[in-house]
Amino acid sequence: MASHYRDATHQYDSNKEGIWLFMTTEILMFGGLFVGYIIFHALYPEMFAEGAKFLDWRLGFINTLVLIFSSLTMALGIYYCQVNQRNKATWALAITILCGAVFMVIKYFEYTHKFHLGIFPGQKLNLEMLKPVHENLGLYFGFYYCMSGLHGIHVLIGMGLITWVMIKNIKGEFNSKYFTPVEGVGIFWHIIDLIWIFLFPLLYLVG
Amino acid sequence: MGQHVTGHVSGKNYINEEPGLLSWFTTLDHKRIAILYFVSVMTFFLIGGIMAILLRLELFAPNTTPNVGQILKNGDVYNQVLTYHGAIMVFMVIIPGIPAILGNFFLPLQLGAKDVAFPRLNLLSWYVFMTGAALAIGTFFSTKIDTGWTFYTPYSIRTGGAVVMMVMAAFIMGMSSILTGLNFIVTVHKLRAPGMSMFRIPLFVWAIYSTAILQVLATPILAITLLLLAMERVFGIGIFDPKLGGDPVLFQHFFWFYSHPAVYIMILPAMGVVSEIITTHAKKTIFGYTAIAFSSIGIALVSFFVWGHHMFVSGQSELAGIVFSFITMLVGVPTAIKMFNWLATLYKGSIQFTAPMLYALGFLFLFAIGGVTGIILAVTAIDVHFHDTYFVVAHFHYVMVGGTLMAIMGGFFHWFPKMFGKMYNELGAQLSWVFIFIGFNVTFFPQFILGAKGMPRRYFDYIPEYEQLNKISTVGSWLITTGFLIGLFTMIQALRNGAKAPDNPWGSKTLEWQTSSPPIMHNFDHEPIVTAGPYEYK
Amino acid sequence: MTEQHTSTHMEEPHITPLRTYFKIGMALFLLTFLTIGAHALRQYLQPFSALIAFSIAGVKAYLVMAWFMHLKYDKPTNRLIFASGFVFLAVLLGFCALDIVSRIAQSSIL
Repeated sequence: MASHYRDATHQYDSNKEGIWLFMTTEILMFGGLFVGYIIFHALYPEMFAEGAKFLDWRLGFINTLVLIFSSLTMALGIYYCQVNQRNKATWALAITILCGAVFMVIKYFEYTHKFHLGIFPGQKLNLEMLKPVHENLGLYFGFYYCMSGLHGIHVLIGMGLITWVMIKNIKGEFNSKYFTPVEGVGIFWHIIDLIWIFLFPLLYLVG
Repeated sequence: MGQHVTGHVSGKNYINEEPGLLSWFTTLDHKRIAILYFVSVMTFFLIGGIMAILLRLELFAPNTTPNVGQILKNGDVYNQVLTYHGAIMVFMVIIPGIPAILGNFFLPLQLGAKDVAFPRLNLLSWYVFMTGAALAIGTFFSTKIDTGWTFYTPYSIRTGGAVVMMVMAAFIMGMSSILTGLNFIVTVHKLRAPGMSMFRIPLFVWAIYSTAILQVLATPILAITLLLLAMERVFGIGIFDPKLGGDPVLFQHFFWFYSHPAVYIMILPAMGVVSEIITTHAKKTIFGYTAIAFSSIGIALVSFFVWGHHMFVSGQSELAGIVFSFITMLVGVPTAIKMFNWLATLYKGSIQFTAPMLYALGFLFLFAIGGVTGIILAVTAIDVHFHDTYFVVAHFHYVMVGGTLMAIMGGFFHWFPKMFGKMYNELGAQLSWVFIFIGFNVTFFPQFILGAKGMPRRYFDYIPEYEQLNKISTVGSWLITTGFLIGLFTMIQALRNGAKAPDNPWGSKTLEWQTSSPPIMHNFDHEPIVTAGPYEYK
Repeated sequence: MTEQHTSTHMEEPHITPLRTYFKIGMALFLLTFLTIGAHALRQYLQPFSALIAFSIAGVKAYLVMAWFMHLKYDKPTNRLIFASGFVFLAVLLGFCALDIVSRIAQSSIL
């Protein structure tokens, strides 16, 4: 325990507060993208509907289930730390990472399929290949790639962080009295899930 | 404010405790981190200042004047110099400034704590800051940018230059600001000494706390705005570009959503410093502690609702302009409350005209002018004429330099004995104030008149009508420079040859003065127990 | 880096039962299916289809925040901190929307 804290609870409460402050900044940063999206969706509803047609809602649906499941396993990972079941915690964390990988693989297929069709963000959209009804379709895909891309980067970061705490757990560094890093990483992972819960309908189910 | 808890442990203090340069770069001690920021931020101030001198030299005479009219190659170079002046001063000096230097050093001390909540995060903040700063300076050696520090679209999308690199630099420095703010909020919540309720913390702490809230809540929007600008340049995503139906004004909305609270990040800590200096150097209890505390939080919160006053002529709707104008008037109220409370504090106090007090008094005078001219600009009908003229330039320099820089100089001298264990030469410090105060007014007051006469800002040249006042303004810039150099010299001399400072040379009541000068590594021998408020002088 | 519990009156942090986690997970799954169902039927749900989709998303978000992120059993300060992010996003959206809507109303070129 760091010497400038009174006791373990004091340090734990401070750490949790710091974690929540950081998560708030993540919400604000992503939120800016959502604000932009809402504005332009309201201005160009048909164009956004046309863009959404190029998205496969079934892949988005599967990815939603994958992330929800991974949120569950992440929560279980923390639970097993709380009840001193170290091996089950490791398994739960490992499955969470696996789910993240599945998500990213599906994302990879989605992106490469779009590239194949000439769908790139903004002005890089291949208008000759696509011949869209709306000439500014690139705006929709600017949002699509920025939002899903930033989200995907956070999934990768999250997978890295979960790997880190999983290794620490295997080494026996956590127990029912101390598992704050797992909690922090868990909250980060749930935010990733939270953002996707809104991204899915906003991007895939429009129109 | 409780007991005397000097730490005289065999002359050891945070400076000499761990020897070697490397120990400074791997320190977890908030006081050493403060010094790291001190050196780096003041270096950036020097660079930004040189940019300013260049600008004022260019504006000394109309370009057609032989020999002195034009010293920069062309208007593009002028735009680059003004961009770097703004970007360096805003992102690398004034925003980190007081929180990272004086906040880092004195927040834990004033709370009676051993350190901030997350010492390792604190060191990381500095490294993140320096990474961003290096990237920003790096653009100088790549293709320089010329967008102005505000990066308005569509110009910032289309212009050449290392815009992406610069916005990434600002993004990274923003992360440092967020981490510092986060650290300070938890420190104030969790690490106050026993007996120190929230209404017994010094007003400097209230100021740093309000600032930290802004740092955490506003900066992420800057982050996404800069990211989107980068995406615009690389992919043309369209959000700010009319080519795809995007809206350049939206960039300004997003940008100022952060940048207006940012100016309160710049001024709130300065106000905190002023509260400390005035109470200490007038030996008087602050008038209206609760009002000042709540007004700090109030300013922080209201600051989120006024950003459109930077955009009256941008193309935003008239209704939006009216709403923003009205709310901007409101934000003047808590600020004015503070001004009156400081004056009331001085009334019947035992005022010592030490250098810190001079700087604080200078703040009161100059910030009053700066603040009031802000209210003038908030009137839409006036702003339509004054927008993008030197009136605006004068306004924000009055609040940022006349306000924040005065306060930071006052804070440096006020806390110098505590930070370094040496007394500075009072005469040298007072002399620095004379040059800075006079020089500042000579530089910037004419700019109000120039703006009212219609001189536009960010212009490389001007009509002969404006020459007289521009000359005066440039001479003023030399006076300010002299003042800062005298101040720097005074501090360096004090570090080398200054008399040993006592624990509490000013007889102040706040906790940082109840320990040794310089403080021992862990700040206090024994944890202070607080039994009274911070300003119980009479 | 283990820590000692020194104080005698430390509160036991709340442990959510396993069953609750599974129930929340199941609810989230079901709500996702519901979202898809509503999307398939969106022609019949006009003009409420967007509202329905986001209400369902809102419920899912609440479940994740309250139970998976444990906010239901956390300190009020942490709830306030997290909520403040959403509040100020609403401010950003609100004023930008005000501007854009009134620009359209005053027939500005957008």
